[in-house]
Amino acid sequence: MRHILSVLLENEAGALSRVVGLFAQRNYNIESLAVAPTEDTTLSRLTLTTRGDDSKIQQIIKQLNKLIEVVRVEDLCDGDYVERELLLIKVRAEGDARQEVKRTADIFRGQIIEVTSATYTIQLVGPSNKLDAFIRAIDDVSIVEVVRSGVSGISRGGAS
Amino acid sequence: MTEQLSGGDMLIRSLQDEGVEYIFGYPGGSALHIYDAIFRQQKIEHILVRHEQAATHMADGYARSTGRPGVVLVTSGPGATNAITGIATAYMDSIPMVVISGQVPRDLIGTDAFQETDMVGISRPVVKHSFLVRDAGEIPGVVKKAFHIATTGRPGPVVIDVPKDTTDPFEQFAYAYPDSVSMRSYNPIVTGDSAQIDRAVDAMLAARKPVFYVGGGVILASACEHLRDLVRTLGAPVASTLMGLGAFPGTDPLSLGMLGMHGTYEANMAMDGADLVIALGARFDDRVTNNPDKFSPKATIIHMDIDAASINKIIDADIPLLGDGAWVLEQLSTRLTQALKSQQKSALKDREEGLKSWWQQLEYWRAENGLNHNLQAQADKPILPQLAIQSLYKVTGGDAFVCSDVGQHQMFAAQYYHFDEPRRWINSGGLGTMGFGLPSAMGVQMGNPGATVTCVTGEGSFMMNMQELSTCLQYGLPIKIINLNNQALGMVKQWQDMQYGGRHSQSTYSDSLPDFKTLIEAFGHVGIKVVDATKLDAAMEEAFSEANRNRLVFVDVWVDPHEHVYPMAIKGGAMRDMVLSKTTAAESS
Repeated sequence: MRHILSVLLENEAGALSRVVGLFAQRNYNIESLAVAPTEDTTLSRLTLTTRGDDSKIQQIIKQLNKLIEVVRVEDLCDGDYVERELLLIKVRAEGDARQEVKRTADIFRGQIIEVTSATYTIQLVGPSNKLDAFIRAIDDVSIVEVVRSGVSGISRGGAS
Repeated sequence: MTEQLSGGDMLIRSLQDEGVEYIFGYPGGSALHIYDAIFRQQKIEHILVRHEQAATHMADGYARSTGRPGVVLVTSGPGATNAITGIATAYMDSIPMVVISGQVPRDLIGTDAFQETDMVGISRPVVKHSFLVRDAGEIPGVVKKAFHIATTGRPGPVVIDVPKDTTDPFEQFAYAYPDSVSMRSYNPIVTGDSAQIDRAVDAMLAARKPVFYVGGGVILASACEHLRDLVRTLGAPVASTLMGLGAFPGTDPLSLGMLGMHGTYEANMAMDGADLVIALGARFDDRVTNNPDKFSPKATIIHMDIDAASINKIIDADIPLLGDGAWVLEQLSTRLTQALKSQQKSALKDREEGLKSWWQQLEYWRAENGLNHNLQAQADKPILPQLAIQSLYKVTGGDAFVCSDVGQHQMFAAQYYHFDEPRRWINSGGLGTMGFGLPSAMGVQMGNPGATVTCVTGEGSFMMNMQELSTCLQYGLPIKIINLNNQALGMVKQWQDMQYGGRHSQSTYSDSLPDFKTLIEAFGHVGIKVVDATKLDAAMEEAFSEANRNRLVFVDVWVDPHEHVYPMAIKGGAMRDMVLSKTTAAESS
C-alpha cells in the first residue's frame, strides 16, 4: 500500500543524505521525494511516498525516528489529508493536435504556460493519480518531456 | 577572562573535560595540528597503533570492558577508511565510541585533494551519528554532543570529521566546555512503559515453561544485577546470546549456556518448547532464530529493548517493553516479587509444579545432549580445540577477560568458557570481524591494568592484525594469546564440508603458514608451541606463570584440523533442528 510520510528534520547539511541513505541501506523504496525549508528556517519538511505493508511502514518510521536529525515523522495516511503534486509537461502541438491538446488540458484544469509554434507546455496540479490520468490521456507519441515535483501533503483539520 | 585556545587545543581540552584517559590513533597530515596539541599536554595518553583498524578495535575493547566510551583519532583519507571496519564492528554491537578523523582544509573539500575522502558519507551507514566541523568555534559543543549521543540510548559510534584549518594553531577562540546537551530531536528513553510491565508480570506468573533469552543489551544497560534478581525470583532458565554471555552467571544451574546456531542443545530446545520467551536486550538475530516462521511456536513473546526499531522487526512481540534495561528490569523484578507474595497458595503450588516438570524436561535435554565439560587429553590423538578452551578456563580460574576473534575458535570459547560476570567476554558478534581479537584485548588491558586478559584466536584471524604485536611491546601489554591453529579457515572449511561436498575452496594454506613461535619472538614476546594433548595444560600454566606475568605470551596450539563446531542449526529449520555431531550430519545429508 502507498503511504505518504511527512518528515520534519533539522535543516542541516547532510541531513537529507541520511534519510535517503537509510532507504537505500535498508532496501526501502522511495517513489517520490520533495524537500524544502519550513516557516522555521532551522527545519526542513520532507515528504516522501513509499510502498509496503503495515509492518514495513512501521519499521521505516521507527528507523527514521532513530536518525538524530529527524524531529518528527508522520504517516499522513493514518488520517485525513490533502495531497498535491505539480506536473510540467511539454507536448507536441501541431495541426489538429493543437486543439486536441488544449481541450484535454482544459478538461483536467491544466494551464498552458508556454507556447511555441510546435509545442505547448502545460502545468497541472493535483493528486498524483490525477496527473497519471492526464499523462495517459495525452497521446504517447506527442509527449516531449515530463517533469513532476513529487508529492506534498498536509493533514486536514485543526492543529494536531 | 575566558581562556583563548586554538581549534586543535580546544578539541583535546574537550576530551580532557569529558574525562577521556586514552586516545587510540595514528597521525597523518590532516591531523597534525591535533597531534601537536596532544604533545603539549599530559592528561590524556595517546596509544600509537600500527594500523587504524586496530585503533578502532582497541577503543572498542576498552569500551566493552569498562563501559566507558572508546576514543579514536585518525587522519583523513586512508586513515579514515582504515577505521571503517572497526566503526562498523562497534555499530553492529552498539558500542559507545567517538572517532575523530582529520579532514582536508575546508576550501579543499570536494576538490579531490591529497588524502581527501568523504568520511561523513563513507561512514554514514555504520555510525549512530556524525559531525563535520564547519567552524572551529563549534568544536567543544560538537564533542559534547558526540559523547552524549555515543553513550546514551542505544549506544553506538559517532564520527567527528575535523577539517585541518579548523585546528589552526594561530587562530584562537574563547573556550568553554558545555555542562549539558539539549537536542530537540534526540531524547533517549530513561524509563519504560509501566502498564506493559504489569502485563509482563502477569504473563510470567501464568507461564509454566518460561525461558529468558538474554542479549548484550542487558550488559550495555548495566542491568545485570536486576536481571539476576528477576531470574532467581521467577526460577526460569536463562539462554544467552553470543553477546549476552556473562549477564547471568554461566556456572549457575539456571543457565543453559548460549543459544542459536551453535548454541547448546538444551538452550535451543528450551526456546522451541517454551510457553513464554522473555527476550531482554536481544534482537532476534538470524543466527539465533533460525527460520523466524518456526520460532518458538507455542510461546508468548515478551520483548524488552531500548530501540523501538528492534521490537517487531523480526518477531512480533505480544508484550513489548520499550525502555531502559536497568529501569525495566528493576521494575519487573520488584513487581514480580510483590505479585508472588500476594498470590493464592493454590496458584503458587500450581506454578511450582509446572516449573518443576519444565525443569525435569530441561535437565533431561541437558543430560541427553549437553556439552561435555570434562574432556580428557588423549595421548595418541590431536588436541581437540574444545580441550584447549577447557584448559584455559581451568588455568585462569574462569576469571579472565576473554577477547575472541571470529570463527570456530570463537564458538568453542563461547561454549566452553563460562562467564560469571558481564564485560568479560569480548567478541565481534554482529559484524563478525576477523582481526578483532588482538587489538580488542589490547584495549581491554589498557582499561583494566593488572587484570588477566587473553585473546582466543585462530591463525587466520590473528594474521589479520598481527602487526599490533609491535604496539604491545611498546606499551608493555602482557596479553596471553591462545591460537587454536588448525592450519585452515576452520569455519569456512566446516561449511564446505557440510554444504559443498568437502570442496575446500580457498580455505587452506597449511604449506605457507609462518612458524608462529619464531614470529612472536621476533616481535620481542614469548612464543610456546604445543602439539601434544598431554602437554597442553603445562603449556597453559607456563603462559600464565608468574615468570611471564609481565610478558605477552603466544601459545600456538596445534588442534585437530578436522574438528567441527556442534551443535549446528539446520538451515531453514526451527531452533530444535540441530546437527549434533559429524555422525548425525552424515545421516541427515
